[in-house]
Formats: sequence, structure tokens, C-alpha cells
Amino acid sequence: MSGDGGRAAPADGAPVLEVRDLQVTFRGRVGLLAGLLGRRGADARAVDGVSLALHRGEVLALAGESGCGKTTLARAIMGLVKPDRGEVLFEGRPIGRGLRAYRRRVQMIFQDPTGALNPRQTIYESVAEGLRIHRVHRGPEGESEEELVARALSRAGMRPPERFFLLYPHELSGGQRQRVVIAGALALEPQVLVADEPVSNLDASVRGEILRLLLELRDTLAISILVVTHDLGLAWTVADRVAVMYLGRVVEEGPAEDVLTRPLHPYTRALLDVVPEAGGIDRPILQGEPPDPTRIPPGCRFHPRCPEVAGGRAAAAGVEAACRGQDLGLEELREGHLAACHLAALHASKDRPVSPPGAPGARP
Amino acid sequence: MTVLSVRDLEVTYRTTGGGVPAVRGVSFDIRRGEVLGLAGESGCGKSTIAGAILRLLPEGTDVRGTVLLEGEDVLTMRPGKLRAVRWAGASIVFQGAMHALNPVRRVGDQIAEAILVHQQAGPKEAMVRVGALLEQVGLPPRRISDYPHELSGGQRQRVMIAMALACNPSLVIADEPTTALDVMVQAQVLRLLKELQRELGLAMLFITHDLSVLVEVSDRLAVMYAGKLVEEGPTGQVFHDPRHPYSRALAASFPTIGDGRFRRRPSGLGGDPPDPQAIPSGCPFHPRCPDAFADCPVQEPPLLDAGPGRRAACLLLRAPVAPAGREVEP
Repeated sequence: MSGDGGRAAPADGAPVLEVRDLQVTFRGRVGLLAGLLGRRGADARAVDGVSLALHRGEVLALAGESGCGKTTLARAIMGLVKPDRGEVLFEGRPIGRGLRAYRRRVQMIFQDPTGALNPRQTIYESVAEGLRIHRVHRGPEGESEEELVARALSRAGMRPPERFFLLYPHELSGGQRQRVVIAGALALEPQVLVADEPVSNLDASVRGEILRLLLELRDTLAISILVVTHDLGLAWTVADRVAVMYLGRVVEEGPAEDVLTRPLHPYTRALLDVVPEAGGIDRPILQGEPPDPTRIPPGCRFHPRCPEVAGGRAAAAGVEAACRGQDLGLEELREGHLAACHLAALHASKDRPVSPPGAPGARP
Repeated sequence: MTVLSVRDLEVTYRTTGGGVPAVRGVSFDIRRGEVLGLAGESGCGKSTIAGAILRLLPEGTDVRGTVLLEGEDVLTMRPGKLRAVRWAGASIVFQGAMHALNPVRRVGDQIAEAILVHQQAGPKEAMVRVGALLEQVGLPPRRISDYPHELSGGQRQRVMIAMALACNPSLVIADEPTTALDVMVQAQVLRLLKELQRELGLAMLFITHDLSVLVEVSDRLAVMYAGKLVEEGPTGQVFHDPRHPYSRALAASFPTIGDGRFRRRPSGLGGDPPDPQAIPSGCPFHPRCPDAFADCPVQEPPLLDAGPGRRAACLLLRAPVAPAGREVEP
């Protein structure tokens, strides 16, 4: 992938993890509170046709507002939520059968390390728990459980590991607790880590350490990492590629540098505009509340909030009717950079030389 | 004109395990029309300062120093006077609007209550004022008869802001006002707060762990660590050219998108912010400090002059001959 500093994922063929046209719907009537109030909610299409690929040794950031479906997508990838449609493939094979083996290879890291660790278990027990659940008594080279736990802790930056074996979570700092959670995942020698807001519960000064660890694991063990986050600054810090979700769909996807500095979709631009920055308080802000997955608008699902539609630029370009009435999927508008936007597609088709590259602008 | 003047504020919580010093000698001023941003991580004492200013801390908490609000010391005020000052002199916007609002009362009545209690108007006038306030915070007037659960998180936070403004205070304390909100709604609420502050010429103390938010809303920035201010100065200068190693680390953990220095280079400190019950000796930051040298564990630096309008508490600022301890260390 060009323009990504040459350190982007080695494009060695097939992706490790692939999501194809995934759809997850939550039935509206299951809410207890809503039921007591005599309400009957509409179904919520939390994930509405998402396709994604994660390559070996790649860090992919999945970004969006709350309610965009990013956490549901992550949970569906983990097999924790059953999709109504579509499939998740691991090394080319659909998960489902062999879910247990799959869960060894794909490990999830949650937001809150304090909640993820049992306060009454020692660090050793916490890290060994996954090994025991998966009945791993010996490592690939005959290592003992103790050796596996020590190696996992050491890889997570807890050195020397033996010093932490008998400690309890409350004796550790917040950053160390998150390292223990990561060690628990690493003990099973996963190929993929799914990290849902891995640093948002940590103090700001500690976050960098955990992010550095994730990048180190990618570099040394070639682990692929899917980072789910609302924070585009975090995506800028760690991701090779970024996928932006809105109302259950990926609306833009591409190399991190390209998506975050030259966004194609107006929603991505809006998200970037609200990243706090010195003197930036007077920039435009999207109005309205986060979108509601029980009421997905027709046409481009972003059109009711889209500044291009509201500002008349979509109309001036002659795409407004399409914005309001014609649903659309991702289209590759620049090399490796996809977006689902009628206006961006129109601009791209104008910019793109129709004659072969090397003779740009040769057409009359 | 100085609206709030805090001098040598010390707050110690009483617990069964002894005293916990949460604030250990903090002084600052806020002028009319000025926003002071107070940044720091969990446990640094920033919310305790908010509580001390309005005397909202638990009974028995040891509070020393002076808190002058428009010239009067809040800490020695009689209860009647104190009641008059809360809301009318200074008000506060908290983080969790869901918990701060009464779930079984209409939001309009809750806003009106503050006006009625302070006898600023009769019931009829109060409701007119509530309507105007709702408009000011960008809520449609029909929301006046809604219950909190009928509003979204952002709308509830707007109600909280309307309440805070109801009695025309001269100081508004915003304690993590946007932390629980979603990114887009956070930006909307921040914008609203900043606009109202400008329009009404309010003095504002804006407290948050999120330095990037303060960069946007505050005029001056104070960084707190282990119960003390470690750096203070004009916001842009403190953020872009910090003088204290802790502020430097904190600023570096908020990357600028598009800036290659942050790309694939996460920066952070090891360790946690210190436990207020076990504050390290000397400079409390020294165990985590990348620039610490021999004097740091034994000598606690006061706030030293660090340029025009700037102060920082770091021994490296002490004298021009300060040795670069970093190279000496193994």
C-alpha cells in the first residue's frame, strides 16, 4: 500500500481474518425496561452489511461514534454475537465449527482491565486461566504451564515475570493490570487480538505504554490487531489502516495516513473536525444526536446530517437525489482508499485520468 | 477583576486509616471573562478543589487556606450566606448529568427551583426565565416539561448548564462536563459552554483529565500532580512548549493527527499517578520522571518562574547551571 511509510502490512496474499457482508440485528422487544413501559422497539440493525479484511501483522482501527456498531462488529468477530447474515472467515475458513480452536487464535482485550481480572485471583492464575480453559497443558515445545505464563507476562512487558506471579490485581497499577490482561491473551499464542478501546479507561500518561506494547507485539510476533476506538488520535498513533463506521456500515476505509489526512467521506471529515485542537473551537460541528440504528434513513444513511447535502454542494453537483434515495456501498476512489459517498465518487471520477497512468490530463 | 482567588488551599480527607492529603497547597486566580483549565489524572486532587470552592466536601474534611469569591472567603462563611453564594455566586456543572438531575421531576421545575430558592423571581417569572435559559442552551422550549429520562445525554448536560446559569453566577465550575458524552455531542456541548462563557463574561474553572479539551476552551492552563500545581501559564504555551516533564508527557499523550512525530510512536510514562496516601519524597513526580537527577528525591521544588506569566515546579528550572542528569545516569 502506497503512502504508508513502507511499514504497512505485508500484503502476503490471503487475510488472516475476513468479514463478509456481516449483518447483526437486535430484536426490539427484548428490552426489559421498554417492555415494562409497554413499548415495543423496532429492530436495530447494529451491523448492516460489513466486509473487512485484516492481514497478517496489520493494525486496523475501527472508528466511529457510539452506536455505530463497531463494538457489535467486534463481538460478532469473536463469535459472541450471532450474525443474521454473512460470515467471519479465519485463515479462509468460516468460523462456527471449531469455534473453540478459533477463540484460542483470536483473543479479545476489553476496555476495563480492573473488571476483566478477578480480584481474588493471583496474576499467575489470571494468566493461566485461558490455558486451562483451552486445556493447554504443554506448550508447542513441551513448555510447562509455568513457563508459558512466564513467557506471556514477559512478552507483555512484566519483567521479571516471576515477581508478579503471586500478586493480586489491586497491587498493580492500572497500566500493569492491562498488561496482565494482554498477557492472558498472549498465553494462548493468538494470531489476532481484538482490542475494544484498550486504553480509554487508563490515565492519559499511561496510555502510550500500552499502545507501544501493542505495536511491539505486532512487530515481534506478527500478531494482527483490530483496535476498536472512538479516538481518531489513537488511530493516527497506531493504525496501518482505518475503517470508519457509521450506522452499521463502513463508510470509508484505507491507509491510515490517507484516511486521516485526506478523508473522502464527509462523515470522516466531521469526525476529524471534532478532535479537539488548539484554537479549533470555531470549526463546524455536525448537529443532532448520534444516529439511531432502529431508524436507518433511505439513500445514503448519512444524508440527514451531511453538511454537503445541507450546504447545497451535493445539489450543485447534481447528486442530491442520489444522496436522498440511492443506497450505496464502498467504492475504491483512490488506490486502496474506499468510500461510500455519491459526491466523493463523482469528484473522483472527474479527477481520475481515463487514459492510462503516465499520460495524465492527456484527454481533451 | 479577579472573581476567584484561591490561596494555599490544603484539603485532607479523614479516613479510618488516617488523613489523606488530596490538595497540598494550591494557589491561583481567575479573572472575569477568563477560563482556567485545570488538568490532571485520577487522584491528583482536581475535583477536590472544585468541592472545596463550593464547600461540598464531606463533613470533617480538613480544609485550610482561603477561597475568595468576589472578595469574600467562602471557607469561613456562615451557612445562610453560603447558601446564597452557591448557584448565585458560583455554580457547578458535573460530569454525570443523569445522576445530578432528579429523575422524577420535570427538568423545567428543577431549573426553576434554583431561581425560586434564591428568590430571584416569583413562580411565573421563574418559568419565563427557564424558557429563556433553555433557548440559551439550545433546547426547544417544549422540553421544559420533559423528565430527565426523555432527554439524551447531551440534552441532559444542556439542562445542567441551564441550571448552572439560572441565578447569574459570576463563576462557573465545570468538572469533567463532557467526559461521559460521545465525541460529536462532546464537541457540541463544549462549543455551547465556550459561547455562553464569552457572551456572559463568566469566570470559569474547567476541570478535566483531557488536556486536548482544555487546549480548545481555556485561556490559561494549570497542570496538577499529586495535590499540587506543577505548571501554570497561557494555554497554548503550556501545551506546545511545556516546562515541566509531567506536562510534557501529558501533552505528548494527546497526538496531533497529521503530525508525523506521533505516527506509530505512542509516548507515555510508566507507573501510575501516585496514591495520595503514599506521595513520593522530594518532587512527587521523580519516580516517573525521565529527567530526574540526584536532587529530585530529596528536594521538593516550589513553583518557579518559567517565563512571562508562566510557572513550573521543576528543579531543572532552578538555575542555568542545572546539570543534565539524564546523560549521567546509567
